[in-house]
Amino acid sequence: MVAFILRRLLLAIPMLLFISFISFVIIQLPPGDYVTAYVAQLRQGGEYISAVQEAAMRERLGLNDPMLVQYWRWITAIIFRGDFGYSLDWNAPVSSLIWDRLAITLALSTASLIITWLIAIPVGVYSATRQYSVLDYVFTVFGFLGKGTPDFLLALILMWIAFVYMQLDVGGLFSSQYQNAPWSWGKLIDLLQHLWIPLVVLGTGGAAGLIRVMRANMLDELGKPYVETAYAQGLSERQVVWGYPVRVALNPFISTVGWALPALFSGDVITAIVLNLPTTGPLLLQALKMQDMYLAGSFILILSVFTVIGTLISDILLAWFDPRIRYA
Amino acid sequence: MGNKTMTNQNMPPERLLELDDVHVHFPLREGLVKAVNGVSYHVNKGEVLGIVGESGSGKSITARAIMRLLPKRAAAPEGGITFRPRNGETYELSALGRNSRAMRQVRGQHIGMIFQEPMTALSPVHTIGAQIMRTVQLHMGLNRKAARERAIELLAKVQMPRPNQLVDAFPHQLSGGMRQRAMIALAISCNPSLLIADEPTTALDVTTEAQILELLKELQSEMGMAIIFITHNFGVVADIADRVSVMYLGKIVETATVDDIFYAAKHPYTQALLRSIPRLGVDQGRRLPTIPGMVPDPFSVPPGCAFNPRCTHAVAGICDTQVPPEKIFGSQMSRCHFADQFVAAEAAHV
Repeated sequence: MVAFILRRLLLAIPMLLFISFISFVIIQLPPGDYVTAYVAQLRQGGEYISAVQEAAMRERLGLNDPMLVQYWRWITAIIFRGDFGYSLDWNAPVSSLIWDRLAITLALSTASLIITWLIAIPVGVYSATRQYSVLDYVFTVFGFLGKGTPDFLLALILMWIAFVYMQLDVGGLFSSQYQNAPWSWGKLIDLLQHLWIPLVVLGTGGAAGLIRVMRANMLDELGKPYVETAYAQGLSERQVVWGYPVRVALNPFISTVGWALPALFSGDVITAIVLNLPTTGPLLLQALKMQDMYLAGSFILILSVFTVIGTLISDILLAWFDPRIRYA
Repeated sequence: MGNKTMTNQNMPPERLLELDDVHVHFPLREGLVKAVNGVSYHVNKGEVLGIVGESGSGKSITARAIMRLLPKRAAAPEGGITFRPRNGETYELSALGRNSRAMRQVRGQHIGMIFQEPMTALSPVHTIGAQIMRTVQLHMGLNRKAARERAIELLAKVQMPRPNQLVDAFPHQLSGGMRQRAMIALAISCNPSLLIADEPTTALDVTTEAQILELLKELQSEMGMAIIFITHNFGVVADIADRVSVMYLGKIVETATVDDIFYAAKHPYTQALLRSIPRLGVDQGRRLPTIPGMVPDPFSVPPGCAFNPRCTHAVAGICDTQVPPEKIFGSQMSRCHFADQFVAAEAAHV
């Protein structure tokens, strides 16, 4: 097992380097560069800068160097100094921009994953063991509604309800008075008051799909002979269902747990923008729009690291959970 | 559970299990399937009853009716099932609910069950030891350590090699025969009075089959438990059973001792089945006789005797209109209008 993990970690290194290179290239592929985008932005604001100034700016930012040189400068700084470079757009080091947002994103994604599972697993098990019952149909309807409703729309509706009927300050994670305040009980309560909307939106969206997965898996497993064996041993229905088929039906949950991280980084950008959440998604989108290549590249690199690590965690969990995989 | 039983509190003392006119129906969109249509049989203590029949004759469903493990869409409208295990208590199984506490105590503790597919009948994510321990902890109230020792002891009893190690093996690490041994260990873990073996050797190769049959016979005589052995293989029945019941389309057509079944069958279906078994050195080069026609589809069971369209002895006006009654000849029962003629023919032969 230790050898397996070590081998996987070693293999991940060249893979990550490769991904970082590809993403760096892709970010640079569109015509123009950061200066072009910057000039266009200024022009919209009614300001103009001369071609000479533009060229000087490019020279100063090192944008005239060949792409390979730029990549080399960026990646060696990360590897040897942990320096992710400088965000041209924000005029600040990338590191100072991303770690806070990363922490919030991680916390949000973990919390919403837990909520998703807490909803999806019991509901899926119930729906399968009481197939075609009234509640099964109710859950099915809600499942499809949840799957069919775009997350951002649900976010808008919840924000409207919270604002109009509950007189809550919505959007973001903190009220303005707590935004830059140090941590206190008040700030924590304020956070919780803001947190429920994104958690409900992200949690239910994921749960709706997973309920269907859990239900289908359970229906497959419930028909298998080992379930009948368990009943024939004299176990009660609850002992049988939770002790045997659920154990097997959880496999796809475990094998996808690693993808929950990258999905939240990139997948829920729109929700994050609508809810004005200080997560990584909106920042990444902005960086890509401005061709802020060091910021965007660093994001994608960190995203890849999480994907690779997440997949590894999934694999290890799965091997721990399902003996058939362990010995295969 | 709809249940209008003629309760049989005064079972003879040697009786372990008695089925009285058991019905199991499946209401399907295409019609009502009477998978078990009035089955009566009994099992005495320490006896092996073989149940023979084609696929779909209702032999497995009858076993599941005993265990109260019928599919949820099945209905058991009538029939009584009485069971009196070693502890002397009488259970009216037909009156017990699928999830009732009493039924759960009977399952695993007084009745063990072995299934056809050793590949899939054990949980793939638990070690065989864990599965056995679960049962003995449930019924015998043992602690973890004692339960583990009991599991190892049971594995040794079913002649599993290296029981100390294989107690921690997962089913997929074992061969088919070993899995079936583990399954047997699980089924007998609480010294049941009755073991229901539902085609336990069908999925195994003949060598393994012979070993498993040998093991079951040994366990049966050692532990004194009764076995209901469900199979479609007369050879297996001859090997293990004391008495045999032959099923056709949800009914028992003949019950007799194993000798009478093979040498003095009194139902044309049994006779035809026995004729269609190939024998070494006999009738070489001749086509094997088969039973003409097909098993009718379950939605349109022929009226009268269900076997009449395929029966060489069938007489129009009798067999296709009247349901044959159970005719008893000593320990033998035959559901055929002309069973008496077979008796007379045997007498003439002697």
